[in-house]
Amino acid sequence: MSHPSLAQEFTADKPRAQWHDRALWFVREKRDRMASGVPEWEELRQHASAIKQHTMSQLPEYLEMFERNAQALGAQVHWAVDGDEHNRIVHQILQEHGVRKVVKSKSMLTEECHLNPFLESHGYEVIDTDLGERIVQLRQESPSHIVLPAIHIRKEEVGECFHKHLGTDAGASDPVYLTEAARQHLRERFCAADAGITGVNFAIAETGGFVVCTNEGNADLGVSLPKLHIACMGLEKLLPRATDLAVFLRLLARSATGQPITTYSSHFHGPREGCELHIILVDNGRSGILQRPEFRRSLNCIRCGACMNTCPVYRRSGGHSYESTVPGPIGSILTPLRTPEIHSSLPFACTLCGSCTDVCPVKIDLHHQLLAMRGFLDRRKLLGMSKKMAMKFVSALLSHRWIYTTAGSAARTALRWLPRFAVYNPLNGWGRQRDLPEPPAQSFRQQYAAHQEMARRNRDAPEDKDLL
Amino acid sequence: MTETSRDRILAKLRSALPESAELPNLRATGPWQTFEDPFVRFCEVLEGVGGVCVRVPTLADADRELGRLTAWQDATVKVSVVDGVGCSTMDLDAIDDPHDLENVDFAVLSGHFAVAENGAIWVTDRTVPHRVLYFLPQRLAIVIPSTQVVHNMHEAYDRVSISEHAFAGFISGPSKTADIEQSLVIGAHGARALTVFAVDDLLSEW
Repeated sequence: MSHPSLAQEFTADKPRAQWHDRALWFVREKRDRMASGVPEWEELRQHASAIKQHTMSQLPEYLEMFERNAQALGAQVHWAVDGDEHNRIVHQILQEHGVRKVVKSKSMLTEECHLNPFLESHGYEVIDTDLGERIVQLRQESPSHIVLPAIHIRKEEVGECFHKHLGTDAGASDPVYLTEAARQHLRERFCAADAGITGVNFAIAETGGFVVCTNEGNADLGVSLPKLHIACMGLEKLLPRATDLAVFLRLLARSATGQPITTYSSHFHGPREGCELHIILVDNGRSGILQRPEFRRSLNCIRCGACMNTCPVYRRSGGHSYESTVPGPIGSILTPLRTPEIHSSLPFACTLCGSCTDVCPVKIDLHHQLLAMRGFLDRRKLLGMSKKMAMKFVSALLSHRWIYTTAGSAARTALRWLPRFAVYNPLNGWGRQRDLPEPPAQSFRQQYAAHQEMARRNRDAPEDKDLL
Repeated sequence: MTETSRDRILAKLRSALPESAELPNLRATGPWQTFEDPFVRFCEVLEGVGGVCVRVPTLADADRELGRLTAWQDATVKVSVVDGVGCSTMDLDAIDDPHDLENVDFAVLSGHFAVAENGAIWVTDRTVPHRVLYFLPQRLAIVIPSTQVVHNMHEAYDRVSISEHAFAGFISGPSKTADIEQSLVIGAHGARALTVFAVDDLLSEW
């Protein structure tokens, strides 16, 4: 389904849509307060962008360096061309270790590869341990936001879900009570797990290690008890130096949730004694994106979610309307690049307001890319008929002066005199939730001409002193 | 098979690399944010993220302050890796399997230094027999030298060598979540509370 039709379903429940909007704006405001507390914020963004661009320009060398250093520390490094290969590698490692129960911390990459359904189909118990992810997992949904997976769910619904699955009191909706129930439930799973799977926030080429950031401590618990840790990362997670982490850790949590840093920023270098650490480097379309100059900067993304929290369309349409692992502005670039046929409506879920570009901690030119993405889809003949016709119509209107003038004057008259039902009919999609502005009496050209005339008269009029 | 995937990925990446871009020299830039009193700032930020900092002259004072905490008094299973602060009700050295630490109510651990800008403490697996001690106990106290507070993350990374430890990291406050309607709840999966004892007569890092 297209974004507009799914968004329509979401906005049908008006109070919920408004609540969702406000919840995300609250996070955006927290981000603003944090960003303004760091005097060198813009400098940090500049550095982050430059570090990422440098890394991308030498990505093969840095990947090889990372692999070499990680292996020297005793980790095993795997490479996966796509999601299927990634899943097969995970399956193979789990099989070799006789694993049945897996705990997973939040990893957008494993969502992207659909690891959970794959492992479940092979008989594994896979438990998502991030609270938000556990909620959507129990509800058999996907996350609607990359940092706040359950942002679309009301606490009463969490209460119902936990009552059904965890045996909490019926009707309970207190977040403290529900969080405590999840804590107890997940502690058992942590202690019973045979393996822990995590994502990677940043990998360091010069050391061969990586950093995982969480607030809940779920990634750390998940990999500190069992003897097997599998870390899954996209190729673009690499940074050259340990000191680069300072820049990125200063930016990440402030941009994501408005915190000075996440509670836990864990650095992993090699396996625990007597244990195994596997790192899977996943391409899954990233090398293809790197080959496209107009879109390659989207690989700088550190998955903070700031562009979603600020996006007026995302806030009002909900993450699920994007039908994409990564929704919002950045998802509307990354996903159509991979599956343009399915996701051609996404770059149009955007007003080109540029707010995403303003908040992006790594300075991705998001709204420029979203515009370029529309051209990318048009060149592949993937724009719908209504969009194409509208473009043709507007193009004709704007390139012929007489049509433009006539249409303008006709619209000014018509909007004033036509009965309401004639303007706000099913053909006028814009009029569904908003009124058109009051039409001015004169066109801009007429107003300009009148203004010029008045100015000329004032100029020609004798000055005051001459009158005396 | 994975070998060929590696080659395929690297070859594809090399086939159309972006033009080279310079890696910024972070030491030549800045100046980065500093604070009039980094220790005071650390305490403020730590409180903002749900932690508590108690400054004491000596380890003996830290031990006394710890003894006053109701959570410590109420704890049944306790462990401490800091000599002179608290005590252990189990022999940590005798534990091979980290799962055996499941019921620890309170752990007293040590941190190397603190960061003023974000209330974080640098911890490593060098000072604990099992890294899970940072995450599994119900409550934590971390002992740091009060003199060792850096202003910002750049200074922090300048003084550590991250690859020396299989595990190291920053901990800023107790574990938390806001996944249910953005309501902040302290005590998600990790520690429910974090008390930091900043000790004056610990002159250098642990």
